[in-house]
Amino acid sequence: MAAGTPDLAAPREAYRRKKSTRTNYELYGWVFMRASGVVLLVLIFGHLFVNLMVGDGVHAIDFAFVGGKWTSPFWQVWDLLMLWLAMIHGTNGVRTIINDYAERDTTRLVLKLALYLAFTIVVVAGTLVIFTFSPCPVGADPSLLPSVCFS
Amino acid sequence: MPSAPAGTLYRGREGMWSWVAHRVTGVLIFFFLLVHVLDTALVRVSPEAYNAVISTYQTEIMGLGEAGLVAAIVFHAFNGIRIILVDFWAKGPKYQRVMLWVVIGLFAVTMAGFLPRHLMNVFSGGH
Repeated sequence: MAAGTPDLAAPREAYRRKKSTRTNYELYGWVFMRASGVVLLVLIFGHLFVNLMVGDGVHAIDFAFVGGKWTSPFWQVWDLLMLWLAMIHGTNGVRTIINDYAERDTTRLVLKLALYLAFTIVVVAGTLVIFTFSPCPVGADPSLLPSVCFS
Repeated sequence: MPSAPAGTLYRGREGMWSWVAHRVTGVLIFFFLLVHVLDTALVRVSPEAYNAVISTYQTEIMGLGEAGLVAAIVFHAFNGIRIILVDFWAKGPKYQRVMLWVVIGLFAVTMAGFLPRHLMNVFSGGH
C-alpha cells in the first residue's frame, strides 16, 4: 500500500454492527413480552371465564368463592403465575412508555423508581397472600366461609 | 436528543392506530391490575373486609367498568398475537393491515359472547 492511501474497508467485507450496549437486556425484554403475552392470554381468559361467565358471574365473588378456589393447588399456581407474568409484562410495558415520553432525566428516574416500588409492593403482597392465605380463619363468621371448612 | 423532533414518524392508518390502542389498553389494564391485587389481598385481613370491598365491584356502574376492562384485555390480547405474527411470520408485515381487521372481527365475536352474559349478571341483581 502506498503512503497516503485512505484507510478503506476491503470490498465485500462482512458488515459488522457496532454494539452500543454492553448487555442483551432489551432483547430479552422484547422476547419476554411476546412469550409471556401468549401465556397470559390463556391464563387471563381462563380467569375471566371462571370468575365472570360461570354461574352468577361477578355476583358470585366473595370470600367463600376465593377461599374455595385457593384450597386447590391448581388455582394457586394459576394465580401465582398470572400475578408474576402480568406484573413483569405490565411493568416492562410502562417502563417503555416512560422511556418514550419522559424527556428529562430526573422525570424518567422518578417515574421509574415509583414504577419499580409499585411492582415490588404488589408482587410481594400478592405472593404472600397466595401462600399464607387460610380459607377458614379462626374465629371468623361461619356463614362467610367456603364449604371446605365444614367437611 | 432534540426536544422538538423535526417532522413526525407517525404514519396514521391501521399500523399507528393499533399501536396507540395497544399502549392505551396496556396502561389501563396495568393500573387495574395494581388495584385488583391489593383488593384481593384483603382476603388475608378478614372475610368481612374482602366482602365489603368486593361488593363495590358488584354495582351497575362498576359492572359497565368491568365490561370496558374486558374489552381492553380482549383487544390487547388479540392485537398482541398480531404483533407476534408481524415479528415472527415472514408474511406478517405484508398482512399487518388485514390482520388488524381480523383482530377487530375476533374482538367483536368475543365481546358478543361475553357482554350479554355479563350484563345479565350485572343488571339482574345476581343474588
